[in-house]
Amino acid sequence: MAQKLIVIGAGMASGRMLEHLFERHTDWDVTLFNAEPRGNYNRLMLSPVLSGEKTYEEIVTHDAAWYEGHGVTCRFGEKVAGIDRAAKTVTSETGEVLAYDKLVIATGSNPFIIPLPGHDLEGVIAYRDLEDTNRMIALGEQKGARAVVIGGGLLGLEAAAGLHARGVDVTVVHLMGHLMERQLDEAAGYLLRKELVGRGIKVLCATNSKEILGENGHVTGLALDNGTVLPCDLLVMAVGIRPNVALAQQAGLAVGRGVHVDDQMITSDADILALGECVEHGGALFGLVAPLYDQAKVAAATLSGEEAAFVPRNVSTKLKVTGCDLFSAGDFAEGEDREDIVFRDPARGVYKRLVLQDNRLIGAVMYGDTADGNWFFGLMKEGECIEEMRDTLIFGPAFQGGAAADPLAAVAALADDAEICGCNGICKGTIVKAVQDGAHTLGDVKAITKASNSCGTCTGLVEQVMAVTLGDDFVLPGAQGICGCTDLSHEDVRRLIKSQELKSQPAVWQELGWSTPNGCHVCRPAVNYYLLADWPLDYHDDLQSRFVNERNHANIQKDGTYSVMPRMWGGITTPDELRAIADAADKYKVPTVKVTGGQRIDLLGVRKEDLPAIWYDLNQAGMVSGHAYSKGLRTVKTCVGTDHCRFGTQDSTGLGIKLEKKLWGSWTPHKVKLGVSGCPRNCAEATCKDVGIICVDSGYQVSVAGAAGMEVKETERLVDVPTEAEAIEWTTAFVQLYREQARYLDRPYKWVAKVGLDWVKEVLAEPAERAALNERFEISQSVYRKDPWADHAEHRADLYQPLADITLEAAE
Amino acid sequence: MSWIDIGHIDDVPLRGARLVKTPVGCIAVFRTAEAEVFAAANSCPHKGGPLSEGIVHGRHVTCPLHNWVFSLETGAAQGADEGQIATYPIRLEEGRLLLDAVAVGKRSAA
Ligand code: SRM
Ligand SMILES: Cc1cc2nc3c(=O)[nH]c(=O)nc-3n(C[C@H](O)[C@H](O)[C@H](O)COP(=O)(O)OP(=O)(O)OC[C@H]3O[C@@H](n4cnc5c(N)ncnc54)[C@H](O)[C@@H]3O)c2cc1C
Ligand code: SF4
Ligand code: FES
Repeated sequence: MAQKLIVIGAGMASGRMLEHLFERHTDWDVTLFNAEPRGNYNRLMLSPVLSGEKTYEEIVTHDAAWYEGHGVTCRFGEKVAGIDRAAKTVTSETGEVLAYDKLVIATGSNPFIIPLPGHDLEGVIAYRDLEDTNRMIALGEQKGARAVVIGGGLLGLEAAAGLHARGVDVTVVHLMGHLMERQLDEAAGYLLRKELVGRGIKVLCATNSKEILGENGHVTGLALDNGTVLPCDLLVMAVGIRPNVALAQQAGLAVGRGVHVDDQMITSDADILALGECVEHGGALFGLVAPLYDQAKVAAATLSGEEAAFVPRNVSTKLKVTGCDLFSAGDFAEGEDREDIVFRDPARGVYKRLVLQDNRLIGAVMYGDTADGNWFFGLMKEGECIEEMRDTLIFGPAFQGGAAADPLAAVAALADDAEICGCNGICKGTIVKAVQDGAHTLGDVKAITKASNSCGTCTGLVEQVMAVTLGDDFVLPGAQGICGCTDLSHEDVRRLIKSQELKSQPAVWQELGWSTPNGCHVCRPAVNYYLLADWPLDYHDDLQSRFVNERNHANIQKDGTYSVMPRMWGGITTPDELRAIADAADKYKVPTVKVTGGQRIDLLGVRKEDLPAIWYDLNQAGMVSGHAYSKGLRTVKTCVGTDHCRFGTQDSTGLGIKLEKKLWGSWTPHKVKLGVSGCPRNCAEATCKDVGIICVDSGYQVSVAGAAGMEVKETERLVDVPTEAEAIEWTTAFVQLYREQARYLDRPYKWVAKVGLDWVKEVLAEPAERAALNERFEISQSVYRKDPWADHAEHRADLYQPLADITLEAAE
Repeated sequence: MSWIDIGHIDDVPLRGARLVKTPVGCIAVFRTAEAEVFAAANSCPHKGGPLSEGIVHGRHVTCPLHNWVFSLETGAAQGADEGQIATYPIRLEEGRLLLDAVAVGKRSAA
């Protein structure tokens, strides 16, 4: 007599298992329950259905004829409500009791819904089944419909791309720093985001949701942590899945995060098997279909009395969004002695990274060109030794001694209208045309196009455009790369960040062909500066790309303690401030209190753990960071001027304070110091500062590019102006031009020596240019004219403490 | 081995580090990627610079005092500099950071 087999759940796993079972011609009387009102279909293909590339009919894997042919009793749209293991029966939700000889639990998983306020509103859905898919498709029929997808993983992005293809205005909200962080590294995540954003999908990373808003029980929007509200008609949550273990749990089976199964897919009850996303095997859960198919094979064998064992294997991921070619497999997270091989082709938007360990491939991420994905995946699964082909591995199986990455690719990739020479507004196309018309030397190009004819910082780029255009006929002068991560010079990188509108570090690494995954201690601080200077509103300062002093907003000492130096505007202080400084010195047992060469007081030898607290105390007394540690505005030294001095011609102290209040907090390529003296006796030593102002009867002599450090240099006169307002306007314009043009770690005197004071004067002489520079400076200051001490004391104080202290318990 | 839970990975900034005080001295826990961490001695063999304050790049850290670069996988100084820092087994499990108790000088609790 046929044995009774009951299967709970008609999903990807159980469908495959039944196929294997029926191949064996064993005699089973199968009853198949499914909560969804339909039989087995290819759940993976819901995304093409959503995007309109397929219809539901095309993704059905088993139709009525198939079930009938194999004598399967279908109970679709009917849930199993309980299992009675002692009686070996199941009870359906209609109350009917059915006996089994063997039972298979294949209930899949439930989408996880974040319990945000409003999560139960109408219009908040997951992405799991045909119903969800049809909801999204229907939204596309509504004019001007908007949707928000929470979750920038595989499912969320497929939902977003599908909705977008249906004409819906979509925003993806993702908690982590880059998309699909479980499968992709930052570079690949960056390319993916760029592709999606290019299509018109909005993507917000590192963004936390706060509350789902609704009206009359229906969703109307999503409120974010930062106060923004994203209005929407539908909200899709795709933030993860949880194994569906309720039935198994009620039946008293062993359940951890999933239903426990052994290598034969048998649960803690010998007559009950389980497979698919609902199981836990050897501590692992499953969310992709490949291992489930292996489980299906094993379960069918076990039911047939054959020997078989499930062995978990590596899985690879692809995203089913047409036009987004990505591939990810293996492990990036663990293992020692690993090595990366990185290949980038900015021109084609290609990124590949292989992770090696002991001459074996253990992980691969690819974007843009995934043709070799399966080959790499094969190497990984076989654990093949790749020592022999290590050098050429990344070029894939078809490699026949091919060429290495092209250092000129970044320039080749530039559009014709990309600006190369900022001073003269010369685009790539103009230079290419001049070269094609016969200009074969830099001098010719300069003469014809004016490119690199002014400040000269774009010379390297102009040469590269010539090299790209002329091919082998042009020999590039020895390029001076920033560091081992790139062949591009500082000037080239600066110019390319502007012309290609690169607004994130991963964008720079990828588009400019960095040879390392994320730079090094030499290039990262420079790139971080260039990005924040050029895109103050778009780019977020990255503390991890800063030297310790700038990250901790204090100067590190040789013994690992720090110095704390509050600002004293223009060198002016008050008895209250001095008392607060004295109190802080007492309270935090500061070993040394010193008057600095910059007219303020330094508290030296403060412990890192105490920094947030001492800052808080100084803040309470109205003082802010003196930035004595920053590549930014340091001090504005002043003399007493007209207030007290019998020779003073103008209010030098007042002007110094105004300048300091305007410029403080701004980041610059290197430090910037100012001095304002009330008369040519120059008690504030203004003539050896980055900007020095000498007050005279007729007004203000503004001079620049002085120094008194490793080199001593007298300032040179920039301009004489009659009013204080003009002195401030010129000073600000000079500082902003320096911020926009200089290479990282060049003090103004070095930069001016390179571009020539005449050029600087020429630019600044133009009132419109000065106004524009002032305006851009103010835009930047809207972000950076803030006290970092207050910010860190309030938001980052924890980071100044050790993560853990496990010494104490040890002593017990 | 027995493992000590010392915190959550999100407590360590991406490409940053945090300090853990242990019986064998201060250990720096480095986060090199969204889900990748290393543990190593905090003190630089050159002049004792605090490595947890260095710039983290790839699977390396640069000492903040005089720019020696160390591999976080092997602990070896890179390039021309010669030196070695101790590295310690660390595991990441569901976001929790676990240090090997014995290696950091704690007798296992059992
Ligand atoms: C505290 C102070 C010395 C003092 O006790 O007076 C000081 C202390 C340091 N200076 Fe200075 N400089 C100080 C005024 C000066 C001055 C005088 C001035 O500003 O009027 C100069 C010469 C003027 C100039 O900058 O052109 C000066 C030229 C330097 C230089 C050489 C810069 C150059 O371009 O050649 C460095 C090295 C560097 O920046 O790369 C430097 C670097 C340093 C560092 C940050 C070294 C370091 O990286 O650790 C010192 C930090 C000590 C600490 O542990 O906190 N310090 N330093 C002064 C702080 C002024 C302030 O209130 O902010
Ligand atoms: C949109 C989408 C795209 C995907 N893309 C990919 C991809 O590209 N690659 C990949 O590998 N994976 C992908 N997946 C994941 C893949 O679909 C799942 O891993 C797979 O479907 C899991 O199979 P399963 O049989 O365990 O569960 P399911 O396919 O979910 O089947 C479980 C079935 O059990 C039913 N059920 C639950 N409880 C009961 C009950 N008490 N009584 C009766 N029936 C019940 C459910 O209704 C469901 O039909 C995707 C998933 C989705 C949603
Ligand atoms: S002069 Fe040299 S030793 Fe003195 S504070 Fe400046 S950098 Fe330090
Ligand atoms: S102390 Fe680390 S490099 Fe000098």
